Amino acid sequence: MQRAVRSFRMAAWLGWQIESNWTDPFLFAVYSIIKPIAGAAILVVMYGVITQGDFGSPLFAYIFLGNAFYIYVGSVMTGISWAVIEDREHYQTIKYIYIAPVHFPTYLIGRGAARFLTGSISVVITLVAGVLFLNLQLDPRAINWPMFFAALTAGLAMLAAMGLLLGGITMQIANVIYFVGDAVAGALYLFSGAIFPLEVMPAWLRPVGFVMPLSYWLELLRRSLLGELAGGFPTFARFSNAQLFGILLGLTAAFTLIAAVAFRLCEQRARERGLIDKVSNY
Amino acid sequence: MLSTSPTRLGLFLQTVVARAYPRIIAQHRRERSWIFFEVLLPMLAVSAYVFVYRAIGAPESYVGFVVVGGAMIAFWANILWQMSSQLFWEKENGNLSLYVMAPTSLMAILLGMAVGGMSATLLRAIGIVLLGTLFFHVQFSLGSVWLLFLTFTLTMVALYGMGMMFSSLFLLLNREAWHLSNLAQEPVYLFSGFYFPVKSLDFWVALGASIIPLTLGLDALRQLVFAEGAAIGFLSVPLELAGLAVLSVVFVVGSRRMLAHMEKLAIREGRLTESRR
Repeated sequence: MQRAVRSFRMAAWLGWQIESNWTDPFLFAVYSIIKPIAGAAILVVMYGVITQGDFGSPLFAYIFLGNAFYIYVGSVMTGISWAVIEDREHYQTIKYIYIAPVHFPTYLIGRGAARFLTGSISVVITLVAGVLFLNLQLDPRAINWPMFFAALTAGLAMLAAMGLLLGGITMQIANVIYFVGDAVAGALYLFSGAIFPLEVMPAWLRPVGFVMPLSYWLELLRRSLLGELAGGFPTFARFSNAQLFGILLGLTAAFTLIAAVAFRLCEQRARERGLIDKVSNY
Repeated sequence: MLSTSPTRLGLFLQTVVARAYPRIIAQHRRERSWIFFEVLLPMLAVSAYVFVYRAIGAPESYVGFVVVGGAMIAFWANILWQMSSQLFWEKENGNLSLYVMAPTSLMAILLGMAVGGMSATLLRAIGIVLLGTLFFHVQFSLGSVWLLFLTFTLTMVALYGMGMMFSSLFLLLNREAWHLSNLAQEPVYLFSGFYFPVKSLDFWVALGASIIPLTLGLDALRQLVFAEGAAIGFLSVPLELAGLAVLSVVFVVGSRRMLAHMEKLAIREGRLTESRR
């Protein structure tokens, strides 16, 4: 346990250094502000053009919040798999880390924790911009904070599990390592109802969204932040908060178990085949 | 015995072919999985934005705008990751000094990269348009094929000229190269109107964004292939073609000068082999 905590702490520190010390603080701040704002602004302009600026609609809040919190998917989930790519291909330090007295899976999750911090900066900036400039209906006094933090924690655990699973897969492959994380994140963006209600999708595709834990996670976050306004979203209207939490926790537990087993198998296979420190030059 | 060394032009063209070869052959024979991912990933984003437009009740023409914009994103991604960052990666791998020492010009090498990248990306863009049309029933209304070809060609010349210019700039960067390329995605998607007509933005913002060739190129392409295109056009097609022609000249000439300057600077400051990870 002590080893895991130490591994997590050092990995988080290392990840933060990698994410932030590539430039001076001013440019880092500019980078942290521009990227999420531009990403959100694409949807805002699309929405504004068609609806003539009807930003008070619940649908706008649905789209905006889903897009904002989806930043965590790219940060945490993809970030964990990227740690394998960075340490193996770019910095070529993975073998030294692997043979050091660290708990390797916890190390990878620690690297994801650093990305969680940078992702949180982006999420907060996006939400503040929405409230200040786009009439996003977020009242701190009306937010269900216990529900929000509970949902956020469960979701992050789910993303960490998925990231670990991706990290294990990344250890096995070389030529498509840069695509796997983005492909999974892109598929989740499409099928989880992050920026549009699942009802818009063709009927034969909708069931995919209902098995995604992200769908329930985003719905819980929206409900905690918007309260009764979230009742206007029909997709999960028939589920109570408790039911949504139950489904999210169940799926998170399942993914965590799958990730733990799969990572162990992938790690073993990578050791047997000498893939841990293999430099592919991809 | 007469020398059989190639002429200067011959060496230039041989270099272009040699540098384009791995980009075409590698991607289509050795790494076929890349074709799948490089069509799949943009299609996922295109699909998401199509569903957003349908959720908010947009006219079906906007679906077509998204599909064409998504296809053109493949070119911007190619510019960022396989042109701008390429010399930086060559430096990381230790190949850059070999390029500089080789008896050929760096311009030919960059041009080869551009030709190879453009042809590989073109296949992906066509794939995205075909799949988008198939899945989302996009209706095209094609006018002049020659005008379309001219628009696309000028856009590519200007865009890859810009890419060659960025390549030389990135020679001087280190770890920030990846982050700057990463930063240049969403803001460009926003201001160049990849997912919506650029006319929706403020006139001066759209005009400023026109420095990126894809802004004018994409707008002109939409005007030429969609019935509603003219109504949502930022500037008229002839004006946008003139702008693209100017950008082509500026970027190609600029890339040549900047490359020579950066090469001298990199040699003088010893950055050709510097690999600060």
